[in-house]
Order: sequence, then C-alpha cells, then structure tokens
Amino acid sequence: MIEIEGITKRYDATTVVDDVSMVIEPRTIVVIVGTSGSGKTTLLRMINRLVEPTAGVIRLDGADNRSLPGYELRRSIGYAIQGHGLFPHRTVAQNIATVPVLLGWDAARIKRRVDELMTLYQLDPQAFGPRYPHELSGGQQQRVGVARALAAEPNVLLMDEPFGALDPIIRNKAQEDLLAIQKRFGTTIILVTHDMEEAVHMGDKIAVMDAGKLVQYAKPAEILAKPASAFVETLVGASEKPFRLLSLGRVRDAVETGTAEGEAIPGDASQRDALAELLWSGRPALPVKGADGKPLGRVTVGGLVKRAARPA
Amino acid sequence: MTVRFDKLGVVIAAIVAYAAFAAPFATFRANRIVPGEARSILEALPAATGSPLLAVIVAAALIALLKTPLIMRLAAGVVALAALALLIGVAGSFLTPEGNTFARISPASGFWLLIFAFTLLLADVLTRLNLSPWARIGVLVVAAAAIGMLLVSGSWNSLSILKEYANRADSFWAEASKHVTLALGSLAAAVIAGLPLGILCHRVEKLRAGVLNVLNIIQTIPSIALFGLLIAPLGWVATHVPGAASLGIRGIGTAPAFVALFLYSLLPVVANTVVGLAGVPRAANDAARGMGMTERQRLFGVEFPLAFPVILTGIRIVLVQNIGLTTIAALIGGGGFGVFVFQGVGQTAMDLVLLGAVPTVALAFPAAIILDAVIEMTSTGRREAQPA
Ligand SMILES: Nc1ncnc2c1ncn2[C@@H]1O[C@H](COP(=O)(O)OP(=O)(O)O)[C@@H](O)[C@H]1O
Ligand SMILES: [Mg+2]
Repeated sequence: MIEIEGITKRYDATTVVDDVSMVIEPRTIVVIVGTSGSGKTTLLRMINRLVEPTAGVIRLDGADNRSLPGYELRRSIGYAIQGHGLFPHRTVAQNIATVPVLLGWDAARIKRRVDELMTLYQLDPQAFGPRYPHELSGGQQQRVGVARALAAEPNVLLMDEPFGALDPIIRNKAQEDLLAIQKRFGTTIILVTHDMEEAVHMGDKIAVMDAGKLVQYAKPAEILAKPASAFVETLVGASEKPFRLLSLGRVRDAVETGTAEGEAIPGDASQRDALAELLWSGRPALPVKGADGKPLGRVTVGGLVKRAARPA
Repeated sequence: MTVRFDKLGVVIAAIVAYAAFAAPFATFRANRIVPGEARSILEALPAATGSPLLAVIVAAALIALLKTPLIMRLAAGVVALAALALLIGVAGSFLTPEGNTFARISPASGFWLLIFAFTLLLADVLTRLNLSPWARIGVLVVAAAAIGMLLVSGSWNSLSILKEYANRADSFWAEASKHVTLALGSLAAAVIAGLPLGILCHRVEKLRAGVLNVLNIIQTIPSIALFGLLIAPLGWVATHVPGAASLGIRGIGTAPAFVALFLYSLLPVVANTVVGLAGVPRAANDAARGMGMTERQRLFGVEFPLAFPVILTGIRIVLVQNIGLTTIAALIGGGGFGVFVFQGVGQTAMDLVLLGAVPTVALAFPAAIILDAVIEMTSTGRREAQPA
C-alpha cells in the first residue's frame, strides 16, 4: 500500500504539486492523468524520491520513504520512463541486469532472471541479449525498458508515459502485455499518461491532476459517469464518453436472451468492440459465447446504445 | 569505349607530370651549407634505373587518372611509393662522388611532390576501402616496418638527412626521448588535472564559463610568448622555494616547457570532458538515478563511458598538438627535436632542420591514426538509441 499524504512540491514561488493525498491499494494499477505540466511526473518522482517534496509524507507499506537512503529506496521500486532511457553503451542483457547487479545478486541468478524476463517479453535471450539498444525497434526498446524496471522483482512499479513513443498498434500490445504481467506478479503499478483512453483502459483507479492539484481520484466508471469538475469533463471528452463507457463494459453484462446469426463474440470482449462489429457488419444482433464456447445469448445494437446513453 | 576520369586522379596526374618532368628529383651540394644544384630523375639515377622509375611513375599516374578498380589503384600507389623510397637512396650513392664525405645529396621538390601525390592516391584508396580500426592500425604497422627496414638496411645512408643523423646519433636519441617525455608527460598531467576539472565544470554550472574562458585565453597566447611568460615566475619559484631547484625547476629548460604544454593541453581536455558529459542522453542519466545508482556509480558506469569517445577526441587533439608544440620548447632550453630545427636554422643547414622536423611528423602522424582508430572502437555500439 502506498499512502501519499499532503504532498506538495514548490520550485521557488511556483507550486507544481499542491497538497495531494491519495492511497494506492496493493496489486492495483493507478493511472495518473492530466494535461502536460499538471505535475504528474513530479508527483510520480516524489514516490521514489528522484524529487524531494517540499511538504508531506509518502509511506510505502507503512514506512516513510525517507527512512532509507534514496538510492536504496529506488533499487526496490521499478522505474520505467518514456523513450525507455536504456543505456546506449550496455547490451540488452546488461541493461536488464542493472538493478540486480546493483543489489549484488550472483551471476547465475542474474542470468536466470534476465533470460526469464526476455522470454516473457518474447525476446530471444540468445539473439537479443548481446545486442545494443540502437539495434532494436522502438517496441522492443520499450519492452526492454519495462523488463529492466521489473528485473529485481519490485512490488511497486512507476511508469512515466511508458507507451508515449509507440505507434498505436504496438502500444495496444504493450498495454495488454503490461496488464498480463501485472496480473501474474501482482505488482502495484502507478502509471502516468496524458491519454484518457489509456487511463480508462489500464487503470483500476484514475487520478486526475490539474495544475498540481488532484481533482478526482476514483474508478474509471465513476470518472466517466460523474466527472468532479468541468476540467475532468473536458478531459474525458463529452463526445467520446459513450464509447469510453462501452469500452469499460464486458459483452457478457449486456447479453439479452435470444439468438442471432453469424460468428459469436466472446463474453469478455468489450461492449465497444461488440458495437463496432455490429455497425461494421450492418447486422442488428450478434451471438455471444462463453469462455467454454457455449452460447450465452445475443447483444443488440439497441441494447448497447441504451447502455451508452444511461450510465450504470 | 568511353574513357572516364577519376576526379582526384586528375589532380594526382597533374602533380605527378609536373614533379616527374619539370621539378628536380634530387639536389646536389658540394658541402652542407652551399646552395644546391638540381638533378632530374634521369640525371640523378643510373640509366638502368632512371627510365624504369619514370615508366613506373607514369603507369601509376595513368591508373590514378582513369577510373580503375580500387585494388589496382592500391597496387599502383604502393609500387610507386616503394620505388621512390628505394631509388632516392640509389640516387644518394650515385650522385655522391667516390670518397667525398662533404658532398650532400638530398631529395628535392620533385621527389617530395611525387611522394605527396602517391600518398594522396593511397589515402584515397584506404578511405574508400572503409577499413576497420584494426586494419588501419595494421596498415600503419606495415608502413612503419617498411620504413624501419629501409633505415636499418642503410640504403638511405648516403642521403644528407641521415648524414646529419650519423654525426649526432647520440644527441638525436637523447632529444627524441626528451621530446616524447615532454609531449606525453604534459598530456598525462593535463588528463589527470583536466578530467576532474571537466567533471567539476559539468556539475557546477557557475564554474563552467569562467574556467573555459580562462583556458581559452591561455590557448590564444602564442606559444613562444607563453614560454617566455613562464620564465619569470618559474625562475622565482626556483630561487625562493626550497628544493624546487633540485627538482629541476628553473626559469628556462624543461620546467617552463612542461608547464606551457600542460596549460595548452588543458583546454581540449576540459572542454571535451564538459561537452562529452553534456552529450550524455538525459534519459540515460534519469534512468541511472531512477534505477538506484549512487552518484559515483552513475559517473563511472554511465556518464563516463558515454562521454569517453568525446574525451578521447580531446586527448587526440592534445597529443598531436603537443608533439608539434614540443619543438618550440628547444627555444627555451627544453630540448626535443626542436634543438635540431633551431640549430639548422642558425647554420642555414636545411638537412639539420629536416632531422628535427621529419621525426616530429613521424611521431604525430601515427599518433593521430592510432587514436582515431581507438576512438572509433570505443564509440561503436554506443550510439544513442533512437526511439522508433
Ligand atoms: N526542476 C524543476 N524546476 C522548476 N520547475 C520544474 C521542475 N520540474 C518541473 N517543473 C515544472 O513543474 C511543472 C510540472 O511538471 P511535470 O511534473 O513534469 O508535469 P507533467 O509530467 O504533468 O507534464 C511544469 O510546469 C514544469 O515546468
Ligand atoms: Mg511528465
């Protein structure tokens, strides 16, 4: 659990982060979202003390994060940044091994961990381990950056716009990979983005920042349904709100009784995908199947449109 | 069939044509200080070698002139240079009258121009071959070995510069070792002082402009003036600081030369350290701190290795600069190859000047090639990763 209590950061007269308090539950993903310059990065960097706060306390599992020297604290917290920040003079394997080496793991354990992470990220350790970062594609660099952040099995992972430099298709894949890994290791992730879509998609909770202040901290559905201010409302984008709501819901929750013709859509696909499929194929209804392949019923254009109009 | 010319080849062929047919190949002088008489290739060499040499030169120039395969150009350059190097020695003994120890034979402008033209051809071929750093060092070693063999074999002994050498072989090596010690010693001192100073300037922004400006000003002081400026303070130190004089510190001699070279060396070392450190990608530094490196670990593990090629470039500048500048140290009694240069100027004996100048170039040139190769080796694989 991460408790942020009355955290403030001032540079001279300007307050960059203003009295922010929030609690981040273990094993969840919290996404900090806001416009550029709203203080997201500064807030994130105060957690691992790359930035020292002017006032306030941050506690990790009950312990003040100032009870350790900064570098020791940072070795225990994963950190991934936009543009990956890989060391250009070190190979992929050496990059991933950075924190384990700093922690003094023995060579065999480091090698095992590096191989494991590379395999997890679909990078063949034999082929990619000895390469230098500039020999990788943007998507591969990004994966190595996250693998490096996860190398010492941190409980907490801080990510500052980790997918910002990726094109949309690779970004989608990277987001899915991260969700899968978070499920598998139960890592607590705090992710900064300026992309509300990403926030809604990734976050268990979303923290909206505006001019240094935390203006709303809630579950995605609540942010979409009850934006706390006009600012959050704009950020959510009134025109896109129906689609965002649909992308949060699963098809199985919108099933109606009845049958329909054609290829069935899985129950855990998003309602937005189902609507897109319906509109695209010009059909009024789609059959829905469960994880076991058994039919669950159907979804209709009318039913989905109603859900988009009337938030839960 | 259309004949196509090589652009650089046209220049090379023009130089060769002038050098081979219009300029003197060797100079004959009755003794070491009288004005010389010019000798063409055919006059300077026995008939059995003069015409073949001309033929080789003309053929090589034609190969350079036309668009020909690289390997052929390489062969032409090597053969022409080898022939010139061998036959200038032959010209030396051929032109020296039997039993005459006063006569001096030296290579003349035509010879030097031919060497220049074919070196240009070789340099062009080697550049186009895009050799790896190790291969370049290999070429250097082969060339050095070839020249060394010619020197040891004595085939150049009848040339004037080697006669000057023969007359002062002992002092030649003494000055050579002084020259190398001064150039390398001041470089080492500049690196030892300049690296920390550069790191400090990088960290403390307030210091940076001030330090670099002072070093810049030192750099603009003409070398002779700087040597001169140091005479007074070092003389004072020698007489007033106990023990200083016994350490060899004097107003003239090695000490001011060393200090001046050291001061000149500081700017490139400090400036390149600052530039190198500033060029370390922000994200790499940020990641280093974010991963939990201490300041020391970041400096030695990330900043330094990434800045190293740039720092090495500064060291290369200093090394080549120092090998050249050390020549001037002789003016204030610092020793080195400059001793021969200034003696030669004093006696109007050009051969003696060359005895100082040629080894200086022979030191600087390989130093540049070797350090360039090392710089390239240390920077491969480290270019900054570009986000796709
Ligand atoms: N070291 C610093 N000194 C002065 N101002 C800073 C510093 N770091 C950040 N800021 C300012 O704080 C504000 C918030 O920055 P940041 O946290 O990076 O915002 P975000 O990540 O949301 O774009 C910006 O206006 C930025 O200019
Ligand atoms: Mg930011």
